[in-house]
Amino acid sequence: MNGNDEDLPLDPDLDAAETPSGASRPIHLRPGALLLVFAGGTLGTAAREALSLAFPPLDGIPYAIFGINITGALLLGVLLESLVRRGPDRGGRQRLRLLLGTGVMGGFTTYSALALDSARLIGSGSIGAGAAYGIGTVIVGAAATWAGIALAAAAHRRTPHVPNGGAR
Amino acid sequence: MTPLVFVAVAVAGGLGAASRLLLDGIIRTRVSGRIPWATIIINVTGSLALGFLAGLAAGHLVSDGWYAVVGAGFLGGYTTFSTASFETVRLLQERKWLAGALNGLGVLVVTTLMAGFGLWIGGSVV
Repeated sequence: MNGNDEDLPLDPDLDAAETPSGASRPIHLRPGALLLVFAGGTLGTAAREALSLAFPPLDGIPYAIFGINITGALLLGVLLESLVRRGPDRGGRQRLRLLLGTGVMGGFTTYSALALDSARLIGSGSIGAGAAYGIGTVIVGAAATWAGIALAAAAHRRTPHVPNGGAR
Repeated sequence: MTPLVFVAVAVAGGLGAASRLLLDGIIRTRVSGRIPWATIIINVTGSLALGFLAGLAAGHLVSDGWYAVVGAGFLGGYTTFSTASFETVRLLQERKWLAGALNGLGVLVVTTLMAGFGLWIGGSVV
């Protein structure tokens, strides 16, 4: 069991989840799931690349990547908390998580550029700037994620909900 | 950057993201527990690879176009900050303070060291 397995294998939303033997195929081996993440990742990467080209680094500090990672962390917090409050991770909710979360936000934000730019700043002698950039991204990012989760939770409490609205 | 390279960067990012889903799932079926090893391994290996590639690019062994496609594209889409940050916050919300701090700042230190190591190796190839 890996947490991706479905509790209700007869759910009609599970269009691509069943193998001919009737066993549930893990999400990462479903062509439909990989395709959703590919599509979302393409869009997210395009947005990141466009922003980082439009706002080049100043003094070696990539402000665009910083803004992208913080914004993406906030939006992923909003998305995942909104989805989990609407019901179990399957069907349309799961497809939205894969497309927008794993795909768009996963492709939009990046860790490798954060690590490389921090290493380059530190390696070129700007130790304070490199440390501040790296640590600042992680701490402000965590605060943004937390804020995103809190925003979605507050929005959910204010919205009236139909009983059994999550049981489709 | 030519429009063709921009499109190639975006598509490579999609491939990187799909690779992340695949590897994440493979690691999760083998490693259990609350530490998000899958994302950690993805971000550490991606940072090492980007450092190496940047070292090669600095020595003009890789063209600017390929550096953009593989580096900003594939490795940018393969690694992720938003999921790492979400997993850190989840650990902190569960009051797993040490695990949360290590997943946040510890992984930052390791990935930065790996990127620097890759940069050095890539630059030494020339």
